[in-house]
Amino acid sequence: MTVPSLLTTADLDRLIRMLADGGYTCVGPALRDGAIVYDEIGGVADLPAGWTDVQDAGRYRLERRGDGALFGYNVGAHSWKKYLFPPAEQLWRIPRATDTIRPLTPPQHPVRHAFIGVRGCDLAAIGIQGRVFGHGEHGDGRYAARRDAAFVVAVNCTMAGGTCFCTSMGTGPAAGPGYDLALTELVDADRHGFVVDAGSERGAALLERLACPAAGDAEIADARARVDETAGRMGRTLATDGLREVLLRQLDSPHWDEVGERCLACANCTLVCPTCFCSSVEDVSDLDGSHAERWRRWDSCFNPGFSHIHGGEVRNSTGARYRQWLTHKLATWHDQFGTSGCVGCGRCVTWCPVGIDLTAEAARLREREDSA
Amino acid sequence: MAAATERACGTSPLLPHAWRVAEAWRETGDVVTLALEPAAGDGACDWQPGQFNMLYAFGVGEVPISVSGGTSRRLLHTIREVGPVTRALGALAPGSIVGLRGPFGTAWPLREARGRDLVIAAGGIGLAPLRALIDTVCRERDAFGQVAVLYGTRSPADQLYGPDLDRWRRAGLQVEMTVDHADVDWRGPVGVVTSLVRRVRSDGQRTTAFLCGPEIMMRFMARELEQAGVADSHVWVSLERNMQCATGHCGHCQLGPVFVCADGPVFAWQHVRRLLTVRAL
Ligand SMILES: Cc1cc2nc3c(=O)[nH]c(=O)nc-3n(C[C@H](O)[C@H](O)[C@H](O)COP(=O)(O)OP(=O)(O)OC[C@H]3O[C@@H](n4cnc5c(N)ncnc54)[C@H](O)[C@@H]3O)c2cc1C
Ligand code: SF4
Ligand code: SF4
Ligand code: FES
Repeated sequence: MTVPSLLTTADLDRLIRMLADGGYTCVGPALRDGAIVYDEIGGVADLPAGWTDVQDAGRYRLERRGDGALFGYNVGAHSWKKYLFPPAEQLWRIPRATDTIRPLTPPQHPVRHAFIGVRGCDLAAIGIQGRVFGHGEHGDGRYAARRDAAFVVAVNCTMAGGTCFCTSMGTGPAAGPGYDLALTELVDADRHGFVVDAGSERGAALLERLACPAAGDAEIADARARVDETAGRMGRTLATDGLREVLLRQLDSPHWDEVGERCLACANCTLVCPTCFCSSVEDVSDLDGSHAERWRRWDSCFNPGFSHIHGGEVRNSTGARYRQWLTHKLATWHDQFGTSGCVGCGRCVTWCPVGIDLTAEAARLREREDSA
Repeated sequence: MAAATERACGTSPLLPHAWRVAEAWRETGDVVTLALEPAAGDGACDWQPGQFNMLYAFGVGEVPISVSGGTSRRLLHTIREVGPVTRALGALAPGSIVGLRGPFGTAWPLREARGRDLVIAAGGIGLAPLRALIDTVCRERDAFGQVAVLYGTRSPADQLYGPDLDRWRRAGLQVEMTVDHADVDWRGPVGVVTSLVRRVRSDGQRTTAFLCGPEIMMRFMARELEQAGVADSHVWVSLERNMQCATGHCGHCQLGPVFVCADGPVFAWQHVRRLLTVRAL
């Protein structure tokens, strides 16, 4: 274990530039059109200094904080999944009438990303998607290649959002294993710094090259206290004990159709969710028919055609689709991958246009069972 | 990307390999069988009865189709034309190229059924995924007790594999057929395939059943067999769901906790019966 370092804002800027000089494409939170999204950043000046987000079911708003905090908000609609599991990806392209179908374009060198500002929930989600794409006899190696190439600078949360419940899911507010560096922001009237901890050899090497002073015991304790306090301030909670069993006993509940009445089946929840992995392929050919190509795109179990087989949709109602989403996240994911499919980031709650809240729906299903 | 020939039918499980239509013949008005041979010399596909391949029609799309017979270098696929991709495949002339990925999925567990009586029941195109299984049973006839093949179709004109049905009878299998709608020449029973169970001579306690057809047919069949004393751990079904990747990563084929493409398509009835009784799961 190396001793945590104490970085200034200028040191953090140097760190980002060193990563860029080392060949990484740096991406991190940035202000775009009234929201904080993930995009390419060149340095600290691109971060949303002094901004925070106010989130609730179906609501997201930016506000001024009154200080210069660089990470004083929670997660927005984007997640890192767009870099590791691209929304649209060409799988292959072939000429017509060839005897050997081979990809024409050699697989591109994956971009090496440095993710600046990965929260605990999102780091857990990256681990979960790694399991999803790695599982089975024919694991999809592209995810692992991109993940392994990525440099992760995590941020321990020192405030919780209105829809956050990482404490319930055991994924935050302190970032778990898997980061290269983890920072805790200390911002007060008279100081602004970061306690930075290395979680890998390459993280430790970078920290050493930065040559910042070691953080003092007081700073380390202060950082820890802020994160610990945050754990008790979650906007939402989810009781997870026995939840899988509760949900699987409720597959025939009328509750699903009741949610189905409210749900617009817009698929927002699955698209913003950092663990949802569903995709469809699209086969297209050139206008002159000389080449064909296959694209893989994000899809959602809320889309009507998703479960199509000859003769109709298997999940032929919005209620059935909502049941698939909720029971997959919170129940059958355990059977498939040995973990919950939910990390408690709250995105699906915030970005639901009608404010459907999975923590509330899960609680109601539990109550219905208790009162039955 | 890894070098060629690691997998039975190709390199990456996502990359189709070229196979040539060696022969194509019509089984019924809307069902075609394609015999496929590798377009490149070293291609092969080591499949087992019950497994499927993803067949790609150039520029149109790709669908899961079971292997209905053949060898590792001559694959038979029997395809019912129901939509764009299956119609494009059905229209292919000898010499055409198809893309093929596979084999995928679980096989019928025939070895575990040795020494037992067998009931093999199919509805419509569901006979295709069972055909290679029945051929294997015929080749190893002595390894099994009573063997009954129960086959239901909409009409006599929809019956597949006429010559095979005769061959299976000659090999000592009890072959019973029924239709939903008879024509003037039909002398057999009319009605659902479940009604054939009572004609079966085997002992329920010693019976293993393999079922493939519409889900509702398999549900009723499993119930009928249960009443005849067949344990649900000895009833096997082949399920159908939308499939795009066939490797367990696209999510389309999920049925509760199960990925039908990778955990199935062949399942023990006891593992999926609860899931199949939930409406629209
Ligand atoms: C494991 C497995 C084995 C199969 N074996 C055979 C076989 O041996 N012979 C045969 O004739 N058919 C078989 N089918 C069914 C066959 O895959 C569908 O009939 C075919 O996908 C229909 O595609 P389409 O484009 O012609 O029609 P459409 O109905 O227009 O389909 C549009 C798209 O929906 C999906 N889709 C539609 N129906 C199904 C379906 N029933 N199952 C899965 N996806 C579907 C496909 O992605 C398809 O491209 C099998 C299905 C599965 C899952
Ligand atoms: S289900 Fe909702 S709260 Fe859970 S990880 Fe997905 S988006 Fe976040
Ligand atoms: S919830 Fe729906 S979209 Fe998300 S992974 Fe599960 S099936 Fe796919
Ligand atoms: S077909 Fe993609 S997960 Fe089964």
